[in-house]
Amino acid sequence: MSLIYPRDGLSAYPKHLTPAYKSTVKRAPTKPLVLMPHTLSEMTGPIYGHDAIQDNDNDLTKQGKGEPLGERIIVHGHVLDENKRPVPDALVELWQANACGRYVHLVDQHPAPLDPNFTGAGRTVTDKAGYYKFITVKPGAYPWGNHHNAWRPNHIHFSVFGHSFLSRLVTQMYFPGDYLFPFDPIFNSVTDERDRARMISTFDLENTIPDWALCFRFDIVLRGRDKTPEDMD
Amino acid sequence: MSELTPSQTVGPFYAYGLTPKGRAKWDPNGHYSWKETIGDNLVTPDVVGDRIRIEGGIYDGDGKPIPDAMLEIWQADGQGRYSNEPGSRRLPNTSFKGHGRSACDGNGVFSFDTVKPGQVAGPGGKMQAPHIVVCIFGRGMLRQVYTRMYFDGEAANAADPVLALVPAERRDTLMAKKQGNVWRFDVHMQGDKETVFFDV
Repeated sequence: MSLIYPRDGLSAYPKHLTPAYKSTVKRAPTKPLVLMPHTLSEMTGPIYGHDAIQDNDNDLTKQGKGEPLGERIIVHGHVLDENKRPVPDALVELWQANACGRYVHLVDQHPAPLDPNFTGAGRTVTDKAGYYKFITVKPGAYPWGNHHNAWRPNHIHFSVFGHSFLSRLVTQMYFPGDYLFPFDPIFNSVTDERDRARMISTFDLENTIPDWALCFRFDIVLRGRDKTPEDMD
Repeated sequence: MSELTPSQTVGPFYAYGLTPKGRAKWDPNGHYSWKETIGDNLVTPDVVGDRIRIEGGIYDGDGKPIPDAMLEIWQADGQGRYSNEPGSRRLPNTSFKGHGRSACDGNGVFSFDTVKPGQVAGPGGKMQAPHIVVCIFGRGMLRQVYTRMYFDGEAANAADPVLALVPAERRDTLMAKKQGNVWRFDVHMQGDKETVFFDV
């Protein structure tokens, strides 16, 4: 069985069924997943080049007539594979609540104000070194209905494409030191503390821009080939 | 120990970022101003092959629709070639990407317009039957699930090396059914009709 994309690293992922996050109970597969070899269909994947994005798509503070309210922040980092090789030309999409903890999504009814100058969606493509950068505002915490007095820690949603359909990742970036961590079943669906740590951005004083914006670093590690195609020949 | 960044749920509010025009299909006011990069229509002007429409619904363990699921498909072109195939043989239909993304409506219904994929090689050089890789995200889903859509009645299904790994009584969950001009492909997360999901 061809295992060019190792499965071992997936031990860091949450289990499909995580009852503390109630919505998983009726949506997680109950029958065993069918183990299968990786074929060309799994080992290829879409590549979105720089033509998929436009100027300022990665600057969420420039999408309205004026500047959004909230703490202006830079979020940047590298997209890597599990062998620490950079993933260039990776489409990175993000979406988030505004500084008050409200999404522009039509279904979000949290009674916090919308910001006319903030939609909360951005996208970019990594450069040759796998580097990406966004400018945005720090999202607020918000309540949700999972259990009594449930609040999500501050987070930014990320969607990332690697070089195969197996390296596809949707995740959430958290902020260091959040006091809501112990109470959040989504964050804690990742059961190992060391694995959870990789979802938490680090405060990046060095790249903070004085008098303008704080900075957080978030490196994203995707499933990657054990060997390069050349190695396989 | 693993170095991977763990997966987290896409949550209920992805639409304005990932499928900003997706809801416009059923709600004229339901779209967002953000530009759409990845949509549910894969057809390009230079596409070759048989045009098809795929429709289906996605259902939870109570048989209720999942309106906030998001499906992505990945497929070969009509001649059995992936747009990002190693070796990058030049395609006659260079703009066909083979990747699509659909939101779901209030009834958990998704759809794609595309072409029927050609056959691609599988393990040991055996040809796989025409199929589409389906990757599903949703609120209540902490990590994506992978399944495959095959075409019911396709002669090549009998020799497909991946279908052969699936218990015979469950293979039907992977078969899209021809209904008029549409290939119907329903996804059941749980229950008697639970779709086969793959460990990849």
